[in-house]
Amino acid sequence: MFYQMNKMKAILIFIAGMMLAGLLKAQVLVKGTVKDNKGRILAGANIAIKDSYDGTMSDSTGSFSFKTTEKGNTLLVASNIGYKTMELPVVLETDSVVISFILKEEINELKAVIITAGSYEASDKKKGTVLKALDIATTAGANADISATIQTLPGAQKVGEQEGLFIRGGSAEEAKIIIDGTVVNNFFYSSVPGISQRGRFSPFLFSGTVFSSGGYSALYGQALSSVLSLESLDIPEKSELQVGLSPLFATVGLQQVANNKKSSYGFSYNWTNLAVYQKLVPQAPDFFKVPDFHTADMNYRFKTKKNGVFKIYAYYNSGTLGVRNPSLDSIGLWNAFSLKNQNLFTNLSFRQFLGNGWKINIAASVSYNKDEILTQVQNQQYQAVPITNISVIDQTGFSLNANQWMLQGRVVVDKRFGAINTIRFGAEVWNNADSSRFQSMNGLFPSSVNDFYKAGFAEADLYITNELAFRPGVRIEHSSLLNKMNVAPRAALSYKLGKNSQVTVDYGIFYQTPERRYLINQPPVNFLRADHYILTYQHISSSYTFRVQAFYKDYLSLLKTSNSFPTTVSNNGLGYAKGVELFWRDKKTFKNFDYWISYSYLDTKRDYNNYTALVQPTFAATHSGSVVLKKFWVKNMFGVNWSYNWSTGRPYFNPNRSPKDFLVDRTIGYSSNNFSLNWLPKIGKANAVVVLGVNNVFNERQIFGYNYSGRLRDTNGDLIRSEINPPADRSFFLGIFLSWGVDRSQQNINNNL
Amino acid sequence: MKKILMAFALFATLGLNAQSKYESAMQNGLSKMKESKTPDEMSAVASFFERVGDAEKTQWLPYYYAARNYTIAAFMNPASDKDKVAEKVNELITKAEAIENNNAEIFCLKQQVAVMQLVVDPMSRWQSYGAIAAEAIAKAKAIDPNNPRPYLLEGQYLMNVPEAFGGGKSVAKKLFEKSVELFGNFKPASVLHPSWGKEQAEQLLAACQ
Repeated sequence: MFYQMNKMKAILIFIAGMMLAGLLKAQVLVKGTVKDNKGRILAGANIAIKDSYDGTMSDSTGSFSFKTTEKGNTLLVASNIGYKTMELPVVLETDSVVISFILKEEINELKAVIITAGSYEASDKKKGTVLKALDIATTAGANADISATIQTLPGAQKVGEQEGLFIRGGSAEEAKIIIDGTVVNNFFYSSVPGISQRGRFSPFLFSGTVFSSGGYSALYGQALSSVLSLESLDIPEKSELQVGLSPLFATVGLQQVANNKKSSYGFSYNWTNLAVYQKLVPQAPDFFKVPDFHTADMNYRFKTKKNGVFKIYAYYNSGTLGVRNPSLDSIGLWNAFSLKNQNLFTNLSFRQFLGNGWKINIAASVSYNKDEILTQVQNQQYQAVPITNISVIDQTGFSLNANQWMLQGRVVVDKRFGAINTIRFGAEVWNNADSSRFQSMNGLFPSSVNDFYKAGFAEADLYITNELAFRPGVRIEHSSLLNKMNVAPRAALSYKLGKNSQVTVDYGIFYQTPERRYLINQPPVNFLRADHYILTYQHISSSYTFRVQAFYKDYLSLLKTSNSFPTTVSNNGLGYAKGVELFWRDKKTFKNFDYWISYSYLDTKRDYNNYTALVQPTFAATHSGSVVLKKFWVKNMFGVNWSYNWSTGRPYFNPNRSPKDFLVDRTIGYSSNNFSLNWLPKIGKANAVVVLGVNNVFNERQIFGYNYSGRLRDTNGDLIRSEINPPADRSFFLGIFLSWGVDRSQQNINNNL
Repeated sequence: MKKILMAFALFATLGLNAQSKYESAMQNGLSKMKESKTPDEMSAVASFFERVGDAEKTQWLPYYYAARNYTIAAFMNPASDKDKVAEKVNELITKAEAIENNNAEIFCLKQQVAVMQLVVDPMSRWQSYGAIAAEAIAKAKAIDPNNPRPYLLEGQYLMNVPEAFGGGKSVAKKLFEKSVELFGNFKPASVLHPSWGKEQAEQLLAACQ
């Protein structure tokens, strides 16, 4: 009984104890609101009593409430991604406590406004990318040529008879192309009169492409219009062997990645010969020497400790071609042009993190180009004609041997500070040495010119808030050839309007040394100069990109050549370009269907070189645009691509006009529809990519300009002319690429997940 | 005797309370997790686990479940800002790893976050996030070869990849089979340790037949 009593008591005490414990935990109601420093409601913020389990999340109105058994002096913690965590002291004793939090935003890379500096950036490092290697390979009409794809973006003009980037009323010389920090002097295959040439480099060499149509960073210079910056791949994912076959070329390449993925090397060889192609697709000009090119390249890359990367790339190409057209100066004669070219480009780059937010980029490059050009007037038997004493005919024949050496070195140092602010500064030196021998009936003209160019630059990315960023920059340059110095300030101000939209204002002064060939034995001239003013609105989300840009470019100094002989040059040229550009790209609305549309309006005039008035230059069209469509069927691994490019007519020189009507004539508008398909089957163990492309599907008539006779006249007394057309109305591409060892098509599936 | 009993009773009550506070909170959280149907409910559970983790400081499981629930909530809500959630989840993963280094379950989380971010913009992200996901699964398998969940997650990912590219149902099927087989012998280290996935693996395997 006693025992029972005790047991009862024990149970009672136990219950009492439980109740006591419960009593001690009398609850307090904690409630309040969470907002940011701009008064915006923050939903989903975490609220907790420090070091306890009690708390809650704020609801969609930014308010919260929860009950707690904690007592006394405690801290209430509010946290939310993108905001600084805040702790407030609270005393928990009465029935309820009301607390309001005002959280401060953290400056954050994902959230912050993007400093665009007017560029189209394409890498997977940042959001809102526009063009990637695969995009370039699958753009109909571009034939996997980087610059041809860039011509489908606003601001870039298609000029059918000449290679190069013609940006916003700028000539091809005003754009620089950069690989891993160093300038590529001969990015395109050497010029052939009337026939636009491709770029030398495959888009698959590069992981990032930044195309700036103006207002570019102070890190670059010597381009009045634009900079295209290409960043090569680091270590590839896997080793692979690649073989490519086509009626146009054969290629073989090997890429070997070390097991630890810390280093890789590779080389490739390509032989391009158009003999078969030109038999299948007749060409208008007579290619008496079929274009024949040999290309070899190699690379070596390794990772250093602390995530640094060291890369060497070397490229060598040699090629020959010969082409002839009927002479306009004498019926029955031919004008023949032949070219032998050798080109070398090497680049060495190294980047290393030094800790504490410091990073260093070092780059060096050696490049060499040799052109041997021979033009000849030939008779019906394709023999060189002797002196005719008709000067326009006799002066057509000449030979030119031109050598160009370029050495470059560059160092850029980055320092990150604060949340995401960055300061960059550095210096570069270039040495250009050109020599040439020009031989014509007037004699032999050897020449050589050497320029030692030095530049120092600095810029900073300053994020004042997540919404507002400022990028001031300055570049100081000196050219030994001009013996002049310049100071070029640049600035960009970006303001974020909404989650995905922002406006940017860019300003900058851009200098460029005149083309060296004009500076031989000339009185001193100064740098050429253009000032850029750009206003951009853009809306970029993962599904679409919309961009409007308005720009004004003031050419304050261009090179002007005198009409007298010998020619003298001055800085008296000038001009302007202004316009509006639109770009729309949508990858999401239709499944596995990607398209972009671009439109450019350009109003530009210039008086430069031998122009006799301030006029619209031959390489500028007033309106131009592109529509690019890509549809991919994942199940069949099959893609169909279409592109449509058009522009209004461009001015051409007509010697039948009086001199005051200089460049008043316009060619017909340009229009081209292009089609390509790509199929990615598995052939044995190899992943294959089969590409078929047809350019100018509808055989549209394309006239890029006219060549005029120097002496023959028609019945109206006008000098006769011939059209400058593409070598064939329609052009074709067929190629099969096989790769072993790596799942190349992995790219495609993942693209279409 | 009375006093002793009383003291014992008091001690037992308080002691029991103190000892089970973490475990009962976790049990509570796990059962709430099972009941959660909407993304908001999942996030609420996640924030609960996060608070437990922050209070405990030496337990990785609260962070693990917080990360897992935030991830599931984001997958369930198409309108959610996946990059923002990923930032949060990665923060929680870092906290969990500081306590429990080299754990297969945490590497499984890493794969899920990477896949979540990949889906935002597959075209430009497959290269970076696809590699992170693959690496995380490989690591998880290496650390704990008998864990069925890495195989389940890998199968789930590859199931959506076309056959021509090394994915597809037949490839996924093998992984699900392996996962189901491992689930047969799998015993979680405690009732609180991750044990999910068996039903899912069986269902997916059935879907591959």
